Amino acid sequence: MPRDLILWWPFVDKENSIQPSTRVVELRGVCKSFNVGKPNEIEILHSIDLTLDRGEFCAVMGPSGSGKSTLLNLIGLLDRPTQGQLAIRGEETTQLDDQALTRLRGHAIGFVFQHHHLLGAFTALENVMMPMLGAAGFSNAEITARAMALLDSVGLSAFRDQASGSLSGGQQQRVAVARALAMNPALLLADEPTGNLDSKSADAVFDLLHRVSRDQGTTVLFVTHNPELAGRCEKTIQVVDGRVVG
Amino acid sequence: MSDTGLPTDSANSIPRWMPFEWLVAFRFLREGRVQTGFIIGGVAIGVGVIVFMSALLSGLQANFVKRVLTGQAHIQLLPPKEVVRPLYQNPNDGVHGHIVQAPLQRLKGIDQWQSVTGQIRDLPEVSVVSPVVSGSALVLRGAASRAITVLGIDPDLYFQIVPMPEKMVHGHARVTVSDILIGTELASDLGVGVGDKLRISAANGNFNTLVISGIFDLGNKAANARTTIVALRSAQSLLGLVGGVSALDVTVHDVYSAETVARHITSLTGVEADSWIKTNEQFFTAISAQTTANTAIRVFVGLSVAFGIASVLVVSVVQKSREIGILRAMGITRGQILRIFLLQGGLLGFGGALVGAILGFGGLLIWQQAERNADGTVMFAMSFEPSLFVMALVLATVTGLFASFAPALRAARLDPVVAIRG
Repeated sequence: MPRDLILWWPFVDKENSIQPSTRVVELRGVCKSFNVGKPNEIEILHSIDLTLDRGEFCAVMGPSGSGKSTLLNLIGLLDRPTQGQLAIRGEETTQLDDQALTRLRGHAIGFVFQHHHLLGAFTALENVMMPMLGAAGFSNAEITARAMALLDSVGLSAFRDQASGSLSGGQQQRVAVARALAMNPALLLADEPTGNLDSKSADAVFDLLHRVSRDQGTTVLFVTHNPELAGRCEKTIQVVDGRVVG
Repeated sequence: MSDTGLPTDSANSIPRWMPFEWLVAFRFLREGRVQTGFIIGGVAIGVGVIVFMSALLSGLQANFVKRVLTGQAHIQLLPPKEVVRPLYQNPNDGVHGHIVQAPLQRLKGIDQWQSVTGQIRDLPEVSVVSPVVSGSALVLRGAASRAITVLGIDPDLYFQIVPMPEKMVHGHARVTVSDILIGTELASDLGVGVGDKLRISAANGNFNTLVISGIFDLGNKAANARTTIVALRSAQSLLGLVGGVSALDVTVHDVYSAETVARHITSLTGVEADSWIKTNEQFFTAISAQTTANTAIRVFVGLSVAFGIASVLVVSVVQKSREIGILRAMGITRGQILRIFLLQGGLLGFGGALVGAILGFGGLLIWQQAERNADGTVMFAMSFEPSLFVMALVLATVTGLFASFAPALRAARLDPVVAIRG
């Protein structure tokens, strides 16, 4: 089994088979406020404009509380902007209902969090299978083959039957990356995925994400506080006080 | 190895026939196995109590009813009572003679009893119709005499209502025109046994000499001292009711429908019909009160089961909020999350009920072995109806589903951002 990430799987969402230079993320004047209409209303993000194309590997930097995670949540369709336009793969999302957002999120976006957030009730392989099990239309053989290949591509096929909780931090994060890639997403959002890892594991996870972006054309938005890792990305944006400044 | 050439140990641990929601629900329950074990134990105790009590009380009630009905028909049709009608000269003159005396009730037969019997027998609710003649008489044996009730029966029919062969302590339940069955007390009082002759004298002057073919025990001293059973024809000639019957004894398939059937018979035939429910009103009220108490206990135990499941799932939603957030992030819909937690409630209810039904059944077996009559026989037949267990399973599962609805809704409505942040 090749260790490169695979594009061959037969049940890949055709919508994800996007062409080079396709716009994957587009934000126009996006604002996000909390406690809207209340005396303590506060605007966290102010008129964000941002575009990300296919295969871009973009680092997001900024001080704590600057709005990086809120920006990621909006782009990941976990939250809705208060104002502005947000399109994923060219599809405007602000008017979509929860069902449609969930579907789009499941098929187009993968998440990797600072804490791996694997499901403790499942093994490493089962965690990778989970997004495919939750989505309809895939056969057992397809799901198994895809999950095995993904786990192999992150170098953890030998640990497939281990309970996710028994893996090391770096291994768990690599399983989380494999899980995020299960639906072959167009966009991978990584919120400080190396924040809890030692430098060796952090390098391994970063390299893995970089390889995903390069080989598979997945757009990666990578939040980090590490300037060295950010420097290795093709593009870096700074979020300061809720504004993209560079 | 799979056909992809890859080992499939893990893959085999996920049965693909199992829908995603079932898989996650099972795994979540398995992951919190101590919590799951405790709540299943709680549900099991609740369901066990319901099963045990329901079977015990229905067995007890069936036993009471059986004992009450063992010596009587479910419905008895009686001839109309004699009434005195004031004399009228004509409608304008009014009543002649305002003072009337209550009449003595002489033995009367049911008018057209054969056709009435045919009408009743055709009713689907009715199982047996038995004509009887009963009246008072005196039994003479040397210088001794005793007042008795003579009951004339057709043994083929009457024994289907009152199983006299089971009650015989001496001789046989044989009732030909020359036979008489008497109770143990009467036999003792008169100092007679099977094969002895008795002279029966009625108030109308008729008499007959009959041979004792059997001695019975009805389980009631007074009844054993007074009741005698003879052939229908013997009683008819002795009591002066030749060709007639003084009552029709009826049994129905459902003893608790006796009152309804009795009313229907009265409206159909015009003959007064009394059900055992009417003639044993106090007893039936006690049975109804017991049923109500049993239902109340079931409802309260059911409520405690429901609250137990709900509280565990509320805790589970809090504990699993991060997992719920992750599932939502990976594209799992609110509906799927709702179903995962509903299923957990249903599975807890079903699992608890399954264990509870076994516990209840075991408890019943132990109780039946431990509690016995003085002679070692079973105190009363327990009611092991499969429907009781099926009902317990279904009700506990439905209760679990309902109880889990609020926590499941809460889980489905969790904001994934807040949930993931924890």
